[in-house]
Amino acid sequence: MSNAPVDKGRRRFLTVATSVVGAAGAVGVAVPFIASWNPSEKAKNAGAPVEVNIGKTEPGQLIRVEWRGQPVWVVRRTPEMLASLETLNDKLRDPNSDEPQQPEYAKNLHRSRKEEYFIAVGICTHLGCSPQYLENTMGELVEGAQGGFFCPCHGSTFDIAGRVFQGVPAPYNLVIPPHYYINDTTILVGEDGEQA
Amino acid sequence: MNKLIAWFDERIPMTKTWNIHLAQYPAPKNFNFWYIFGVLATLVLVNQILTGIWLTMNYVPTGEGAFASVEFIMRDIEYGWLLRYMHSTGASAFFIVVYLHMFRGMMYGSYQKPRELLWIFGMLIFLVLMAEAFMGYLLPWGQMSYWGAQVIISLFGAIPIIGDDLTLWIRGDYVISGATLNRFFALHVIALPLVLVILVFLHIIALHEVGSNNPEGISIKKPKGSVPESEKPKFKFHERFTKKYDIVDAFPFFPYYIVKDLVGIAVFLFFFCYVIFFAPAMGGMFLEPPNFEAANPLKTPEHIAPVWYFTPFYAILRAVPDKLMGVILMFGAIVALFVLPWLDRGTVRSVRYRSGFHKVNLTIFAISFIALGYLGLKPATEVYTFFARVFTFLYFAFFVLLFFYSKNEKCKPVPERITK
Repeated sequence: MSNAPVDKGRRRFLTVATSVVGAAGAVGVAVPFIASWNPSEKAKNAGAPVEVNIGKTEPGQLIRVEWRGQPVWVVRRTPEMLASLETLNDKLRDPNSDEPQQPEYAKNLHRSRKEEYFIAVGICTHLGCSPQYLENTMGELVEGAQGGFFCPCHGSTFDIAGRVFQGVPAPYNLVIPPHYYINDTTILVGEDGEQA
Repeated sequence: MNKLIAWFDERIPMTKTWNIHLAQYPAPKNFNFWYIFGVLATLVLVNQILTGIWLTMNYVPTGEGAFASVEFIMRDIEYGWLLRYMHSTGASAFFIVVYLHMFRGMMYGSYQKPRELLWIFGMLIFLVLMAEAFMGYLLPWGQMSYWGAQVIISLFGAIPIIGDDLTLWIRGDYVISGATLNRFFALHVIALPLVLVILVFLHIIALHEVGSNNPEGISIKKPKGSVPESEKPKFKFHERFTKKYDIVDAFPFFPYYIVKDLVGIAVFLFFFCYVIFFAPAMGGMFLEPPNFEAANPLKTPEHIAPVWYFTPFYAILRAVPDKLMGVILMFGAIVALFVLPWLDRGTVRSVRYRSGFHKVNLTIFAISFIALGYLGLKPATEVYTFFARVFTFLYFAFFVLLFFYSKNEKCKPVPERITK
């Protein structure tokens, strides 16, 4: 036992230095625990793009494909449906698609690359249910609407371009996934392609 | 025998712990019906842990195997159906007794000074219990498990900026998948139960430090030396309690209240067993019909409603047209309960001696809670949404009004001693 006087400054420095190093170590150790919750490589691979053949769709028809485990809709819109879009603007929350719910190339009235085809993730922006497609009866819910989507969970409504109506719980328009036309009858969902 | 006990007592505080917490713990003599729910909650916790461990022996926590393994437990394991129904009914029973236990605390002011921390531990138990129940409900991997979880996880997406990344991190996939199921299983069977048991331990330790409240809301601890020997109960209480105070109007917890509680437990088990054997799904309340169909990410059930014990908060969420505000208000409904000890600035504990205004306020609160629970089960039509907004307002009005009137509340005079 040394009887030398206690150097308090030195003792405090060592205490603080040890604590800081210890805390940094604790943060470092937390990294693998937290990072292991991220999607695995397998899940990321399963999120690869999907090809959709639209050659055989009828006007007004909706086809569903699965992309990243989510339903993606492809609707071939009729001219009447497209004509109704303009008339609904004042009943919508975000008629001009100002919210970033779509890639740049789908930020237009019809919210798609080609007017005729509407491609969207079929999940309600409120709490993630999948809305129903109302091809003919949408007009009963919203006057003047030609085709649209109705979410059975909490009653949100969307027009045929996936734009959300006012006064419903869903805050945003439906999400438009990145997509491009490989050729006239094939769409690739999940990538923007070079035309973007 | 005595030698054996002495051997242990020299090495661990066995007899001492038994005496402090049971045989010589002073419990007020006027406990009524409402005081059974703490014991019942403990009983249900034991039931959940025991049946839960047994269920894990045959459950398969994968997206492919989960639903089938639950069917396997129900049909092919001996008494598997019973273990599973004990567990699923236990989950609902847990919330019934906990809600009643909490309401007891609100009626008799058991959250007031000096029991604030006791109340906080209780609220933490409630919070962990909700997480535990939510994650447990995903495990059968039925349609309602899947879509209910979808709705609740996407609540976190309402948080600005980090919301989307946070939900991705929670799910571990772009949608709810086997990865989500697996981590929920891990949390449900080990992480959260551990936390729950520790919190229950702290809850009881905190209770025994400050002592039990009672329906009169008055203290059974009197200043040392102020009570004549003839008025003291003829029981031996541990010196830890009698060192600083004279204890009046109390019984030792063991054996007196234990015996009384056994009667309550028997009555509870009548109801519990009735549900297990004759109505395990409770008409779609404890086990919802869509959950008898395996999870399907491409098909949303007609109407998604969480299990009944979440519906009061769910109704509040839906009542608000704005998503983020809805989420904030829903969590606010729980936060308001957390800070109740500081919102209530009154000094009179029991509703028996508080103002008529408080009685009405508390009654309206209870009605609002039940009404919201009912509305949360119903589809969000215009009429139901209107009522959900009214009752959400009344729910929060309870706390706001309480804060203002409790400071100068006109209460009846509080008796010195528990009569009878």
